[in-house]
Amino acid sequence: MRSSSPIFLSVIAILLVQGMAARAQPLVADLSQHLVAITAGFTGADIVMFGATDGPGDVVVVVTGPPKPTIVRRKGRLAGIWVNREAMLFADAPTFYGIATSKPIDEVLAANQLDRHQIGVDHIRLLPPNPEARRDDIPEFRQALVRARQRDGLFATEPGKVTFLGERLFRARMALPAKVATGTYRVQVFLVREGQVVTVQTTPLLVSKIGFSADVFDLAHQDSALYGLAAILIATAAGWTAAVAFRRI
Amino acid sequence: MHVYLPIAELSVNWFTLLVVGSGVGFLSGLFGVGGGFLMTPLLIFLGVPAPVAVGTGAAQILASSVSGVLAHWRRQNVDVQMGLALAAGGFVGSALGIWIFTLLRQAGQVDLVIRLCFVIFLGSVGGLMLVESVRTWFRRATTGVRKRKLHEHYWLHGLPFKLRFRRSKLYISALLPLTVGFAIGILTAIMGVGGGFILVPAMIYILGMPTQMVVGTSLFQTLFVAANVTILQSVTNQTVDVMLALLLIVGGVVGAQFGTRFGARLRGEQLRILLALLVLGVGLKLAFDLFTTPDDFYSLAPEGQG
Repeated sequence: MRSSSPIFLSVIAILLVQGMAARAQPLVADLSQHLVAITAGFTGADIVMFGATDGPGDVVVVVTGPPKPTIVRRKGRLAGIWVNREAMLFADAPTFYGIATSKPIDEVLAANQLDRHQIGVDHIRLLPPNPEARRDDIPEFRQALVRARQRDGLFATEPGKVTFLGERLFRARMALPAKVATGTYRVQVFLVREGQVVTVQTTPLLVSKIGFSADVFDLAHQDSALYGLAAILIATAAGWTAAVAFRRI
Repeated sequence: MHVYLPIAELSVNWFTLLVVGSGVGFLSGLFGVGGGFLMTPLLIFLGVPAPVAVGTGAAQILASSVSGVLAHWRRQNVDVQMGLALAAGGFVGSALGIWIFTLLRQAGQVDLVIRLCFVIFLGSVGGLMLVESVRTWFRRATTGVRKRKLHEHYWLHGLPFKLRFRRSKLYISALLPLTVGFAIGILTAIMGVGGGFILVPAMIYILGMPTQMVVGTSLFQTLFVAANVTILQSVTNQTVDVMLALLLIVGGVVGAQFGTRFGARLRGEQLRILLALLVLGVGLKLAFDLFTTPDDFYSLAPEGQG
């Protein structure tokens, strides 16, 4: 899965032909794979984005994981012990945020543009769902959320590199860690000229448990009584086998 | 060498899990305890979410108690009647414990309560055991073996619903094992431990059971309670990871056999001193963590979970 160069080259060839045929499109981009399969041996995956532009310009690639309601809790001291105290719910906190740019991001777009397109971890719209819960300590909780995700390698700390091959062809690589959430990811490719976003292309990327781990997870959540029984049987059988096996020795 | 754990949703080196499993198994075989009190904190330390560590711990305890009970059964060291009375209390207790666990998870305090329970129980049991075993060691050194009455009578023996437990040569109220089982059941559900390290002293000091019957019977009751907790955790919280459990079990059963063999060479009170030090050490480490300033004051959780 990681060696995507043959596919990459052949798709580049197709894109070149396409680019010549349809010059009107300012940006064409795609992914090396549209499905990331979490199998029993999953240790993370690399996805490769590539494409072509119709002329010079900067490219920013943003990968956003499926949003999940997330609670951030702050610890406080209670009788000398550290205890969870205040909490804040973020309704649409992305579970992953990766970014790659062809030039340092502050040279490409101004802060108001970054906010508008939610480019960069500091510019994602992250707010509690109900307005009355919007206290003045939101920034601290927001930063804590970003920090925790960065610690798990789920939020980018530094933008990755979008490499141009010549003036029009580009590619970028992004690593998904083993801890990624499942669901539909959104890959956005922005074409920027003179501080303005010219066009955006959005491609979905599916991250899904496949095979044994998917079956286990589905069974545990959909048929949990049966799963529990199976767990009991497996544990009992394992214990029994061990007792019998070691009796002989 | 990595394996993806489908419920814990993280990728761990399976060799690490085998080593952890066999290490805990060795100690549990050596001391005749389930080892859950070591397993749960170790799993949390490895990055497994605390609820999953607790739920999976129950499945692992089930496996180790099955193999332990079979060994004791052959030596006729299981008081089935007493075990069933304890298990009956344990069933009710573990159901209540799961309910408490779910509430705590919603309130975001499950981590704290798990840790606090560990600190309190490991601290007190470890401390008592250390004092008792050191005292025995010195007494043996000075006056030889102390003579003890067969039964000491106090208010617990005045309770109603008396039953005769033949194997244990006891005539006591059925309320006693029911209550002890109930309390241990709650702990099993909340802490993901078999409760052997509390049950064994309780059976000796509260119920007055003969020592050679205690371990087998305790394992026998643990079997039922652990099975109950496994299924309840699966249904209520979906926190049992079979993949993780299986790796721990494989390591654990092998380790336990070596532990048992090694343990046969040590004297009773020496074993108890070592166990007491181990229990105290784990308890102190967890207590220390509660009081030290965390690296980050903030923590994340998916909505509705601890």
